[in-house]
Amino acid sequence: MATQRQSKVNLVNLSKSDYRGAPTTLCQGCGHNSINSQIITACYELNILPEDIVKFSGIGCSSKSPTYFLERSFGFNGLHGRMPSLATGALFADTTLTGIAMSGDGDTISIGMGQFKHVMRRNLPMVYIVANNGVYGLTKGQFSATAEEGLALKGHGQNPYMPIDIVWEAVVGRATFVARSFAGDPKQVRELLKAALSHRGIAVLDIISPCVTFNNQDDAHHSYAWGKNHEVALHDLSYVPLAEDIMVDYEEGESKEVDMHDGSRIMLSKLGADYDPTDRSKILCMLEEANKKQELITGLIYIDTEQNSLFDMYNLPEEPLNRLTNDRIRPRRETMDKVNAMMF
Amino acid sequence: MTTVETKIQPDKAIASDPVVNDFSISVATMNGSGSQTSNLTLLRALFKMGIPVSGKNLFPSNIQGLPTWYTIRVSKDGYLARTETVEIMVAMNAATFAKDQAALVPGGVFFYANDIKQAITRDDIVAYPMPVKKLAKESDAPASLRTYVANMVYVGVLAQMLGIDPQRIEQALDFHFKGKEKPIKLNLDVIEKAAVWAKENLAKSDPYFVEDLDLTEGQIMASGNTAGALGSIYGGVQFVSWYPITPASSLAESCIDFLPMLRDDPETGKNTYAVVQAEDELAAIGMAVGAGWGGLRSLTSTSGPGISLMTEYASMAYYAETPVVIWNVQRMGPSTGLPTRTSQGDINLTYYLGHGDTKHIVLLPGSVNECFELGWKAFDLAERFQTPVFLLSDLDMGMNQWMTEPFEYPDKEIDRGKVLWEEDFEGLENWGRYLDIDGDGIPYRTLPGNRHAQSGYFARGTGHDDYANYTEDPEDWVKGMDRLLVKFENARKEMPLPEIVSRDGATIGVIAFGSTDPAVCEALDYLSEDGKEIDYLRLRALPVVDEVREFIRNHERVYVVEMNRDGQLHQILSLEVPERATQLISLTHNDGLPLTAKWIQGAILDEERN
Repeated sequence: MATQRQSKVNLVNLSKSDYRGAPTTLCQGCGHNSINSQIITACYELNILPEDIVKFSGIGCSSKSPTYFLERSFGFNGLHGRMPSLATGALFADTTLTGIAMSGDGDTISIGMGQFKHVMRRNLPMVYIVANNGVYGLTKGQFSATAEEGLALKGHGQNPYMPIDIVWEAVVGRATFVARSFAGDPKQVRELLKAALSHRGIAVLDIISPCVTFNNQDDAHHSYAWGKNHEVALHDLSYVPLAEDIMVDYEEGESKEVDMHDGSRIMLSKLGADYDPTDRSKILCMLEEANKKQELITGLIYIDTEQNSLFDMYNLPEEPLNRLTNDRIRPRRETMDKVNAMMF
Repeated sequence: MTTVETKIQPDKAIASDPVVNDFSISVATMNGSGSQTSNLTLLRALFKMGIPVSGKNLFPSNIQGLPTWYTIRVSKDGYLARTETVEIMVAMNAATFAKDQAALVPGGVFFYANDIKQAITRDDIVAYPMPVKKLAKESDAPASLRTYVANMVYVGVLAQMLGIDPQRIEQALDFHFKGKEKPIKLNLDVIEKAAVWAKENLAKSDPYFVEDLDLTEGQIMASGNTAGALGSIYGGVQFVSWYPITPASSLAESCIDFLPMLRDDPETGKNTYAVVQAEDELAAIGMAVGAGWGGLRSLTSTSGPGISLMTEYASMAYYAETPVVIWNVQRMGPSTGLPTRTSQGDINLTYYLGHGDTKHIVLLPGSVNECFELGWKAFDLAERFQTPVFLLSDLDMGMNQWMTEPFEYPDKEIDRGKVLWEEDFEGLENWGRYLDIDGDGIPYRTLPGNRHAQSGYFARGTGHDDYANYTEDPEDWVKGMDRLLVKFENARKEMPLPEIVSRDGATIGVIAFGSTDPAVCEALDYLSEDGKEIDYLRLRALPVVDEVREFIRNHERVYVVEMNRDGQLHQILSLEVPERATQLISLTHNDGLPLTAKWIQGAILDEERN
């Protein structure tokens, strides 16, 4: 094992470059690039085979991202706002696969609000990342629905509308894993990604991911500066894979542990006030308080490991549906007479 | 005690020779009053007497309260189309009483609920009152079921007056209630009492009778949507995503009904399929395309408004080359249109669905039996050509019960098309998802879950090269689109052939498709009697095969009969055989009701006189 580590391969014998994608065509400094590199690192460190991942995206800068990580994985760059339905159908084909979806604030909260809500309702097991920058980048900097009220953008005047909070929508939408992070906090992004990859259900990650070209003014809520100055992490979060058994040296009452379905754990150590991410009832108050104080709350906001995932609701065979042989998908000849008899 | 002398004598008996097994019945009721069981009981009993019969529900977009009509045609000649005349009216709805009376042919028969206190104004019909409320009240039915069993009164009265075999009625009820003794007995009781009442109180003064025939032996009775669902199941459907819409809902619901019986793994009890009711048609098609891409035989079913919403994903599936089967059970558009009325107005929309250059395989079942057959064949075509395949049915075909040939077990092995799994990569030198290795325009695809390190690719609706890499290169774009055309032309050769019925001496022809088939066949018989021998080509798919072009070229003129305003199939055929475009004559009728033979006959005669 030690020699393998020296030659820079992980437990499944892959080097980090096996997890990369094509060179990015996003702007230099784009928050999305930072998220992409954390996806690469998280998958590498978790020893996930790229072939076990399927990537999905909609339309927008964020949705171009899956080209730039996990080149060996299957992926589908779908339609604007309608990636969740595409992913739902595709993951039925082989439920042993893990879905990673990359979306943006326009793709998810404007055109895609309907499918976003319904994919949460169905609890599709998939990591659903929203790279949230408050603007439409590809179409040259129009306001998105997460842009704060009063935001002024060059050439587009002032945003008159109230913003939609993705985390709030996810909580109300009964997502079973809701987190917020900031592209300028790569460690937290990575640990949250790892935890999300172990979650059996929908894992929504709202990641503030600054658009350096159109919306990175210091006072803009989706900028690096604003994020750095206003981020308030709920806890220091680390993900502990199943194989590793680390001693916890936190004081009693200072940390919380969440047991994941696959035996792994999320360790949450307290930074400020007590926060219990399994108690849905207090989240909206917490978010509202933070909003008043202009705090960017990050961390694991909600988790429910008990709820059935979409595939738990179906009585599917052990083999993936897409590998069933012809004799298993066509009824036998002798059933035909019976069916005709049923027709009257 | 009732005697013959006290029988209700209609004002005027209609003197006529008996009319046996050749008339139409219309049952006028209120939507939601539970008359469907009664109507189906009549239909099925007649069918079991061996009489060719068709039933059409002409219903409003409403749950309860609006008028609705159910028409039953009995035809010793085997004609199943709607007729324009009504010989027998069952008037159960006060709101349409006058209109229903007026609709009858001279000499027609008017059975009416006697609690409707309205005048019989015509003296050229036979009117029979029926004590519907009284008999319902006297039945054993609890008060909550009385309005339902009331409808059985007209079943009993009609059975008695027309001569419907009571045993056949019992058989029909037994089928309807799946052998459940209690409801069968309850309904049968009312029917029998009503028949006895009619026998004792009504004097037969009209000429209409039914008699046993042997013309339905070996036939079954089903709706197109049930047949489409069963065809899909025998085609190996693995994923169904759908959103409720009239008149398509019963297709997905029939999948839900029949899948457990036919497709649960006998050993493990596991489901070899999944059905998801989506939040809308946008999601229904998204899921179906996702599943098709994932390697599942996937299906979605909808009607015109849903097709509109599915446009963008259909366009993507065409370009990203994803198999998916889409049923369009047509209803009347544009817009919300007439949601419960039939039409063939989506042929253009469906054929060219999508932005940019898109065209699709469209299968056109012309009978309930063919809904089954093309239902399973659609999956083979979709996977063989890695493209969406549409099936165009309509409300009349989809929702009404038709007598039809029994379903036949598929005579071909399942064809999953060109799919590469892990072992297929051994020794494979050069593979790209969109690389045309065989020169037939059809590349090889891989499916998620394939663990071979070279098998993965990133599918997209954006420009891509042979290796699925993003490109905006003009040459790559043109190459890709040209290949899709090669593929489409190869698909053309595999389309189900049209059905051609030739007549001696015919120099003109008719082309039609779908649910109008019975009306066309009947009209061509009448036209033959008029001295017009006409050949008939029933189109079964788009794009058209050479046989269709030949048919057009080999006839002096060809009438294209369809249920839409603009002659959409006529337009498509004119483009296919441009040199004969002026010899193609469009005959269209589109009022929401199924086409009649009389209309076709008249329309062709009018044209021929010009």
